[in-house]
Amino acid sequence: MLRRWSTLLPLAVFAVLVAFFAWRLVLITRGDAPNMIPSVMIDKPAPGFDLPPLVLDRPGTVTADLAGQVTLINFFSSWCIPCRAEHPLLVDLMVQPAVKGKLRLVGIDYKDKPEDGRGWLSRLGNPYQAIGMDRDGRVGIDFGVYGVPESYLIDRTGHIRYKQVGPFTADDIRSKLLPLLAELSK
Amino acid sequence: MSRVYRSAIVVMTVLFLMGGSALAVQPDEVLKDPQLEARARDLGRDLRCLVCQNQSIDDSDADLARDLRILLRQRLVAGDSDAQAKQYLVDRYGDYVLLRPPFKATTLVLWLGPGALLLGGIWAAVGFYRRRGKADGAGGASLPLSDGEQKRLSRLLAKERER
Repeated sequence: MLRRWSTLLPLAVFAVLVAFFAWRLVLITRGDAPNMIPSVMIDKPAPGFDLPPLVLDRPGTVTADLAGQVTLINFFSSWCIPCRAEHPLLVDLMVQPAVKGKLRLVGIDYKDKPEDGRGWLSRLGNPYQAIGMDRDGRVGIDFGVYGVPESYLIDRTGHIRYKQVGPFTADDIRSKLLPLLAELSK
Repeated sequence: MSRVYRSAIVVMTVLFLMGGSALAVQPDEVLKDPQLEARARDLGRDLRCLVCQNQSIDDSDADLARDLRILLRQRLVAGDSDAQAKQYLVDRYGDYVLLRPPFKATTLVLWLGPGALLLGGIWAAVGFYRRRGKADGAGGASLPLSDGEQKRLSRLLAKERER
Protein backbone atom coordinates (compact mmCIF):
# COMPACT_ATOMS: atom_id res chain seq x y z
CA MET A 1 0.00 0.00 0.00
CA LEU A 2 2.73 2.44 1.05
CA ARG A 3 4.95 1.20 -1.74
CA ARG A 4 2.35 1.78 -4.41
CA TRP A 5 1.80 5.28 -3.10
CA SER A 6 5.47 6.13 -3.34
CA THR A 7 5.75 4.89 -6.93
CA LEU A 8 2.68 6.90 -7.92
CA LEU A 9 3.93 10.09 -6.29
CA PRO A 10 6.52 11.04 -8.97
CA LEU A 11 3.90 10.35 -11.63
CA ALA A 12 1.45 12.58 -9.81
CA VAL A 13 4.03 15.38 -9.56
CA PHE A 14 4.76 14.96 -13.27
CA ALA A 15 1.03 15.14 -14.08
CA VAL A 16 0.68 18.34 -12.06
CA LEU A 17 3.60 19.89 -13.95
CA VAL A 18 2.17 18.87 -17.31
CA ALA A 19 -1.18 20.39 -16.33
CA PHE A 20 0.52 23.62 -15.24
CA PHE A 21 2.52 23.96 -18.46
CA ALA A 22 -0.54 23.16 -20.55
CA TRP A 23 -2.50 25.83 -18.72
CA ARG A 24 0.24 28.43 -19.33
CA LEU A 25 0.39 27.45 -23.00
CA VAL A 26 -3.35 27.95 -23.35
CA LEU A 27 -3.02 31.36 -21.72
CA ILE A 28 -0.24 32.31 -24.13
CA THR A 29 -2.33 31.34 -27.14
CA ARG A 30 -5.04 33.58 -25.73
CA GLY A 31 -2.58 36.45 -25.66
CA ASP A 32 -1.78 36.36 -21.95
CA ALA A 33 2.00 36.01 -22.11
CA PRO A 34 3.84 35.29 -18.87
CA ASN A 35 5.92 38.46 -19.21
CA MET A 36 2.76 40.53 -18.97
CA ILE A 37 2.49 42.26 -15.65
CA PRO A 38 -0.92 42.22 -13.97
CA SER A 39 -2.12 45.78 -13.49
CA VAL A 40 -2.92 47.01 -10.01
CA MET A 41 -4.82 49.93 -11.52
CA ILE A 42 -7.88 47.91 -12.54
CA ASP A 43 -11.04 49.15 -10.76
CA LYS A 44 -9.14 52.12 -9.35
CA PRO A 45 -9.90 55.72 -10.31
CA ALA A 46 -7.78 56.96 -13.20
CA PRO A 47 -4.82 59.00 -11.91
CA GLY A 48 -4.95 62.77 -12.12
CA PHE A 49 -3.45 64.33 -15.23
CA ASP A 50 -3.52 67.56 -17.16
CA LEU A 51 -1.78 67.33 -20.49
CA PRO A 52 -1.36 70.08 -23.10
CA PRO A 53 -2.79 69.45 -26.59
CA LEU A 54 -0.58 67.93 -29.28
CA VAL A 55 -2.46 69.40 -32.24
CA LEU A 56 -4.26 72.67 -32.82
CA ASP A 57 -7.67 71.27 -33.76
CA ARG A 58 -8.07 68.88 -30.77
CA PRO A 59 -7.96 69.68 -27.08
CA GLY A 60 -5.45 68.31 -24.61
CA THR A 61 -6.70 66.03 -21.93
CA VAL A 62 -7.47 66.37 -18.21
CA THR A 63 -8.85 63.88 -15.69
CA ALA A 64 -12.13 65.80 -15.31
CA ASP A 65 -12.99 65.05 -18.97
CA LEU A 66 -13.41 61.37 -18.10
CA ALA A 67 -16.66 61.86 -16.18
CA GLY A 68 -19.94 60.96 -17.84
CA GLN A 69 -18.70 58.84 -20.76
CA VAL A 70 -16.77 55.70 -21.47
CA THR A 71 -13.23 56.57 -22.54
CA LEU A 72 -10.40 54.61 -24.08
CA ILE A 73 -7.05 56.17 -23.29
CA ASN A 74 -4.43 55.05 -25.78
CA PHE A 75 -0.75 55.65 -25.07
CA PHE A 76 1.09 55.80 -28.37
CA SER A 77 4.25 57.20 -29.81
CA SER A 78 5.60 57.93 -33.27
CA TRP A 79 8.75 55.88 -32.53
CA CYS A 80 6.73 52.83 -31.52
CA ILE A 81 6.46 50.15 -34.18
CA PRO A 82 3.52 48.11 -32.72
CA CYS A 83 1.61 51.42 -32.50
CA ARG A 84 1.95 51.66 -36.26
CA ALA A 85 0.15 48.30 -36.58
CA GLU A 86 -2.52 49.30 -34.09
CA HIS A 87 -3.30 52.74 -35.48
CA PRO A 88 -5.46 51.75 -38.49
CA LEU A 89 -7.52 49.50 -36.20
CA LEU A 90 -8.30 52.46 -33.97
CA VAL A 91 -9.25 54.56 -37.00
CA ASP A 92 -11.62 51.74 -38.08
CA LEU A 93 -12.95 51.27 -34.57
CA MET A 94 -14.13 54.84 -34.19
CA VAL A 95 -16.35 54.74 -37.28
CA GLN A 96 -18.10 51.49 -36.31
CA PRO A 97 -21.84 51.99 -35.62
CA ALA A 98 -21.59 50.09 -32.32
CA VAL A 99 -18.95 52.52 -31.12
CA LYS A 100 -20.03 55.88 -32.51
CA GLY A 101 -21.23 58.20 -29.77
CA LYS A 102 -20.53 55.62 -27.08
CA LEU A 103 -16.77 55.77 -26.81
CA ARG A 104 -14.43 58.69 -26.49
CA LEU A 105 -10.94 57.91 -27.73
CA VAL A 106 -8.22 59.89 -26.04
CA GLY A 107 -4.64 59.70 -27.24
CA ILE A 108 -1.59 60.35 -25.12
CA ASP A 109 1.57 60.90 -27.12
CA TYR A 110 4.10 59.24 -24.84
CA LYS A 111 7.69 60.50 -24.66
CA ASP A 112 7.61 61.82 -28.18
CA LYS A 113 8.76 64.93 -29.98
CA PRO A 114 5.59 66.98 -30.66
CA GLU A 115 6.50 67.52 -34.32
CA ASP A 116 6.96 63.74 -34.77
CA GLY A 117 3.60 63.07 -33.11
CA ARG A 118 1.88 65.61 -35.38
CA GLY A 119 3.52 64.15 -38.48
CA TRP A 120 2.31 60.67 -37.44
CA LEU A 121 -1.30 61.87 -37.16
CA SER A 122 -1.31 63.81 -40.40
CA ARG A 123 0.11 60.80 -42.24
CA LEU A 124 -2.00 58.06 -40.64
CA GLY A 125 -5.21 59.88 -39.74
CA ASN A 126 -6.48 61.10 -36.41
CA PRO A 127 -9.04 58.90 -34.63
CA TYR A 128 -8.65 60.72 -31.30
CA GLN A 129 -11.11 63.24 -29.89
CA ALA A 130 -8.47 64.65 -27.61
CA ILE A 131 -4.70 64.22 -27.58
CA GLY A 132 -2.32 65.17 -24.81
CA MET A 133 1.46 65.26 -24.80
CA ASP A 134 3.22 63.32 -22.08
CA ARG A 135 6.74 64.37 -22.91
CA ASP A 136 8.51 63.16 -19.77
CA GLY A 137 6.35 60.02 -19.42
CA ARG A 138 5.24 60.97 -15.93
CA VAL A 139 1.52 60.43 -16.61
CA GLY A 140 2.47 57.10 -18.14
CA ILE A 141 4.14 56.09 -14.87
CA ASP A 142 1.05 57.19 -12.93
CA PHE A 143 -1.01 54.82 -15.08
CA GLY A 144 1.53 52.03 -14.70
CA VAL A 145 2.60 52.09 -18.35
CA TYR A 146 5.71 50.04 -19.01
CA GLY A 147 5.74 50.07 -22.78
CA VAL A 148 3.76 51.51 -25.66
CA PRO A 149 1.17 50.99 -26.87
CA GLU A 150 -0.98 50.52 -23.81
CA SER A 151 -4.67 51.34 -23.53
CA TYR A 152 -6.99 51.85 -20.61
CA LEU A 153 -10.75 51.56 -20.79
CA ILE A 154 -12.34 53.91 -18.28
CA ASP A 155 -15.97 53.85 -17.21
CA ARG A 156 -18.31 56.83 -16.75
CA THR A 157 -17.28 57.28 -13.13
CA GLY A 158 -13.62 57.57 -14.11
CA HIS A 159 -12.57 54.10 -12.93
CA ILE A 160 -10.15 51.99 -14.95
CA ARG A 161 -11.92 48.80 -16.04
CA TYR A 162 -9.53 47.19 -18.50
CA LYS A 163 -5.92 47.47 -19.50
CA GLN A 164 -4.57 46.40 -22.86
CA VAL A 165 -0.84 45.79 -22.83
CA GLY A 166 0.63 46.00 -26.30
CA PRO A 167 -1.29 46.75 -29.48
CA PHE A 168 -4.95 45.90 -29.93
CA THR A 169 -5.47 43.25 -32.57
CA ALA A 170 -8.71 42.97 -34.53
CA ASP A 171 -9.47 39.95 -32.36
CA ASP A 172 -8.85 41.84 -29.09
CA ILE A 173 -11.21 44.58 -30.24
CA ARG A 174 -13.92 42.08 -31.16
CA SER A 175 -13.63 39.73 -28.19
CA LYS A 176 -12.56 42.06 -25.38
CA LEU A 177 -13.07 45.74 -26.09
CA LEU A 178 -16.49 45.74 -27.77
CA PRO A 179 -18.23 43.47 -25.22
CA LEU A 180 -16.81 45.54 -22.37
CA LEU A 181 -17.89 48.75 -24.06
CA ALA A 182 -21.44 47.39 -24.51
CA GLU A 183 -21.53 46.44 -20.83
CA LEU A 184 -20.19 49.77 -19.60
CA SER A 185 -22.54 51.85 -21.78
CA LYS A 186 -25.68 50.16 -20.44
CA MET B 1 58.38 35.72 -12.85
CA SER B 2 56.25 34.91 -9.86
CA ARG B 3 55.91 38.64 -9.10
CA VAL B 4 54.56 39.27 -12.58
CA TYR B 5 52.24 36.35 -12.18
CA ARG B 6 51.00 37.57 -8.81
CA SER B 7 50.34 41.13 -9.99
CA ALA B 8 48.50 39.77 -13.01
CA ILE B 9 46.20 37.88 -10.66
CA VAL B 10 45.65 41.01 -8.55
CA VAL B 11 44.81 43.06 -11.65
CA MET B 12 42.41 40.42 -12.93
CA THR B 13 40.70 40.14 -9.57
CA VAL B 14 40.26 43.90 -9.34
CA LEU B 15 38.85 44.02 -12.88
CA PHE B 16 36.51 41.15 -12.09
CA LEU B 17 35.18 42.90 -8.97
CA MET B 18 34.75 46.18 -10.85
CA GLY B 19 32.66 44.41 -13.49
CA GLY B 20 30.23 43.23 -10.84
CA SER B 21 29.28 46.72 -9.78
CA ALA B 22 28.66 48.26 -13.18
CA LEU B 23 25.58 50.45 -12.95
CA ALA B 24 23.32 52.05 -15.48
CA VAL B 25 22.95 55.12 -13.27
CA GLN B 26 24.08 58.09 -15.35
CA PRO B 27 26.18 60.93 -13.90
CA ASP B 28 23.43 63.49 -14.58
CA GLU B 29 20.97 61.51 -12.43
CA VAL B 30 23.19 61.41 -9.35
CA LEU B 31 21.99 63.58 -6.47
CA LYS B 32 24.33 66.16 -4.93
CA ASP B 33 23.52 64.99 -1.42
CA PRO B 34 25.54 61.78 -0.99
CA GLN B 35 23.23 60.51 1.74
CA LEU B 36 20.12 60.80 -0.44
CA GLU B 37 22.01 59.25 -3.34
CA ALA B 38 23.02 56.32 -1.13
CA ARG B 39 19.37 55.81 -0.14
CA ALA B 40 18.34 55.99 -3.81
CA ARG B 41 20.96 53.34 -4.68
CA ASP B 42 19.74 51.08 -1.88
CA LEU B 43 16.15 51.41 -3.07
CA GLY B 44 17.01 51.15 -6.76
CA ARG B 45 18.73 47.82 -6.27
CA ASP B 46 15.47 46.30 -5.07
CA LEU B 47 13.19 47.82 -7.71
CA ARG B 48 12.50 45.90 -10.86
CA CYS B 49 12.84 47.41 -14.29
CA LEU B 50 9.42 46.67 -15.81
CA VAL B 51 10.84 46.45 -19.33
CA CYS B 52 13.69 44.00 -18.83
CA GLN B 53 11.98 42.38 -15.83
CA ASN B 54 14.99 40.59 -14.39
CA GLN B 55 17.17 43.61 -13.82
CA SER B 56 16.92 46.23 -11.14
CA ILE B 57 16.34 49.81 -12.26
CA ASP B 58 19.93 50.57 -11.22
CA ASP B 59 21.25 47.90 -13.57
CA SER B 60 19.00 48.54 -16.53
CA ASP B 61 19.68 50.85 -19.45
CA ALA B 62 16.01 50.90 -20.45
CA ASP B 63 14.35 54.29 -20.82
CA LEU B 64 11.69 53.48 -18.27
CA ALA B 65 14.32 52.43 -15.72
CA ARG B 66 15.97 55.82 -16.13
CA ASP B 67 12.60 57.55 -15.66
CA LEU B 68 11.97 55.53 -12.52
CA ARG B 69 15.44 56.33 -11.14
CA ILE B 70 14.82 60.04 -11.66
CA LEU B 71 11.34 59.78 -10.17
CA LEU B 72 12.68 57.90 -7.16
CA ARG B 73 15.26 60.62 -6.54
CA GLN B 74 12.61 63.33 -6.86
CA ARG B 75 10.49 61.56 -4.24
CA LEU B 76 13.43 61.35 -1.85
CA VAL B 77 14.33 65.02 -2.38
CA ALA B 78 10.69 65.90 -1.75
CA GLY B 79 11.04 64.28 1.68
CA ASP B 80 9.59 60.80 1.17
CA SER B 81 10.82 58.07 3.49
CA ASP B 82 12.26 54.95 1.86
CA ALA B 83 8.99 53.12 2.51
CA GLN B 84 6.90 55.96 1.04
CA ALA B 85 9.02 56.17 -2.10
CA LYS B 86 8.75 52.42 -2.57
CA GLN B 87 4.99 52.48 -1.96
CA TYR B 88 4.65 55.22 -4.58
CA LEU B 89 5.86 52.79 -7.21
CA VAL B 90 3.98 49.79 -5.78
CA ASP B 91 0.75 51.84 -6.07
CA ARG B 92 1.37 52.14 -9.81
CA TYR B 93 3.08 48.91 -10.78
CA GLY B 94 2.05 46.52 -8.00
CA ASP B 95 4.29 44.22 -5.95
CA TYR B 96 5.79 43.15 -9.25
CA VAL B 97 8.06 46.19 -9.14
CA LEU B 98 9.73 44.83 -5.99
CA LEU B 99 12.53 42.37 -6.67
CA ARG B 100 12.06 41.06 -3.13
CA PRO B 101 8.37 40.15 -2.93
CA PRO B 102 6.67 40.99 0.38
CA PHE B 103 5.61 38.25 2.77
CA LYS B 104 1.82 38.17 2.74
CA ALA B 105 -1.15 35.87 2.13
CA THR B 106 -0.83 35.82 -1.67
CA THR B 107 2.90 35.10 -1.58
CA LEU B 108 2.86 32.34 1.07
CA VAL B 109 3.43 29.62 -1.52
CA LEU B 110 6.32 31.58 -2.97
CA TRP B 111 8.06 32.01 0.38
CA LEU B 112 7.19 28.73 2.08
CA GLY B 113 6.84 26.46 -0.96
CA PRO B 114 10.55 25.64 -1.42
CA GLY B 115 10.94 24.90 2.31
CA ALA B 116 7.84 22.70 2.27
CA LEU B 117 9.12 20.85 -0.80
CA LEU B 118 12.49 20.30 0.86
CA LEU B 119 10.90 19.01 4.06
CA GLY B 120 8.60 16.75 2.03
CA GLY B 121 11.61 15.41 0.13
CA ILE B 122 13.54 14.73 3.34
CA TRP B 123 10.51 13.03 4.85
CA ALA B 124 10.05 10.84 1.76
CA ALA B 125 13.76 9.96 1.62
CA VAL B 126 13.96 9.11 5.34
CA GLY B 127 10.84 6.95 5.02
CA PHE B 128 12.25 5.19 1.97
CA TYR B 129 15.60 4.32 3.55
CA ARG B 130 14.01 3.35 6.85
CA ARG B 131 11.66 0.91 5.08
CA ARG B 132 14.53 -0.51 3.04
CA GLY B 133 16.66 -0.88 6.17
CA LYS B 134 13.86 -2.77 7.88
CA ALA B 135 13.41 -5.07 4.89
CA ASP B 136 17.17 -5.82 4.87
CA GLY B 137 17.28 -6.47 8.61
CA ALA B 138 14.18 -7.95 10.16
CA GLY B 139 12.41 -9.14 7.01
CA GLY B 140 13.59 -11.15 4.00
CA ALA B 141 17.00 -12.73 4.70
CA SER B 142 16.64 -13.52 8.39
CA LEU B 143 13.15 -15.03 8.11
CA PRO B 144 13.56 -18.81 8.52
CA LEU B 145 12.29 -21.08 5.75
CA SER B 146 9.10 -22.99 6.35
CA ASP B 147 9.17 -26.82 6.39
CA GLY B 148 7.80 -27.04 2.85
CA GLU B 149 10.35 -24.56 1.55
CA GLN B 150 13.19 -26.40 3.30
CA LYS B 151 12.13 -29.72 1.72
CA ARG B 152 11.87 -28.17 -1.73
CA LEU B 153 15.30 -26.61 -1.36
CA SER B 154 16.90 -29.93 -0.36
CA ARG B 155 15.23 -31.60 -3.34
CA LEU B 156 16.57 -28.98 -5.73
CA LEU B 157 20.07 -29.19 -4.27
CA ALA B 158 20.03 -32.98 -4.46
CA LYS B 159 19.01 -32.83 -8.11
CA GLU B 160 21.78 -30.38 -8.79
CA ARG B 161 24.37 -32.70 -7.20
CA GLU B 162 23.15 -35.71 -9.28
CA ARG B 163 23.93 -33.94 -12.48
